[in-house]
Amino acid sequence: MTARIGVVTFPGSLDDRDAQRAVRLAGGEPVALWHGDADLQGVDAVVLPGGFSYGDYLRAGAIARFAPAMTSVVEQARRGLPVLGICNGFQVLCESGLLPGALTRNAHLHFVNRDQRLRIESTDSAWTNGYESGQEVVVPVKNGEGNYVASTEVLDELEASGRVIARYLGTNPNGSARDIAGIRNERGNVVGIMPHPEHAVEDLIGTAGTDGLVFFTSVLKALVDA
Amino acid sequence: MAVHEVVVDVMLKPEILDPAGQAVLNALPSLGLPAASSLRIGKHVELSLEAEDETAALELATKMAETLLANPVIEDFRVRPRHGG
Repeated sequence: MTARIGVVTFPGSLDDRDAQRAVRLAGGEPVALWHGDADLQGVDAVVLPGGFSYGDYLRAGAIARFAPAMTSVVEQARRGLPVLGICNGFQVLCESGLLPGALTRNAHLHFVNRDQRLRIESTDSAWTNGYESGQEVVVPVKNGEGNYVASTEVLDELEASGRVIARYLGTNPNGSARDIAGIRNERGNVVGIMPHPEHAVEDLIGTAGTDGLVFFTSVLKALVDA
Repeated sequence: MAVHEVVVDVMLKPEILDPAGQAVLNALPSLGLPAASSLRIGKHVELSLEAEDETAALELATKMAETLLANPVIEDFRVRPRHGG
C-alpha cells in the first residue's frame, strides 16, 4: 500500500504544491490538508511546507502554531508521526515546541535565494535515513528569517546527541549558530530544515539536481520499516 | 468589570542579534545625526481588555505575552498599565 503523506496548507503557504509533487515523485500519495481542519485524514506522515503562513505576523510561525491542524500534528508527532517542517514549517515546529530553539532574521538582513551545499550530519531520522552520513548535497535555500538560535546548552545537547541533521557548507547563508541548517527531535520522527529539499527533486528544473528527493524516499522507507 | 489599557513591550534578549537595530544604528551618523552607542528594536503592543481591576488586567496580559506575544526562547517582555496614552 502506498504511504499517504499529508501536506498542510496555511493561509500564505507557498510551497505546498511543490511538497505534494515531491511526495508523488518519491512514490508516495500526497494528501492535501487544510490548516483549519483538525482531521489529518489518517495520513502516515505530515509535511509543513515553506511560505509565509499568516503573513509571518508577529513572528514567523507564531500564528500557524495555533491552527487546528497543528494541534493534531503536535499531538500525533509526540506519539511518533513523522513530521517534516521545511523553512516556514521549521519555524512553525520551533514555535510549537516540537523542536528547540528559534529562527530569527538573517544576520545580514537580506533575503537569500540560491543553491546551497549542505552536509548531512545525521541519518538517524525518519527523513534522512536514505542519505550517507557526511554526504554532501545541494538544495536551494530561500529565506529571510533562517538564522537558527538556541542557548549554548541546547546547541551542545543537539550536537552531543547527533540531532543536527544538516549543516551549511561554504558560506553560511543566514548566520545560523554552528552552521545549523536542520535538526531533529530526540526520537527522530520530527525534522526541521531551512533549505528546501522539495525544490531539488527533478533534473529538469533548476541546477540543484535531485538531492532533495531522498528526504521523501527516506520517510517512505521509515514507514515500511516501522 | 472595567476596560483596562495595558502595554506589552517585547524585546529580543540581549544575547540575540538584532540586525535591524544594527542597520538603523549604523544609519544614524550617515544622516548627520549623533552616533548612538546602542540601538535595539522591539515590539510595542497596546491592549484593551476587560478585567476586575488593574492587577487582574496585567495578569491576563502577562498570560497573553507568555503564550503568544513573545517567544521566550529569544524574547523578553514587560507588561505595564498604559497611563496617559
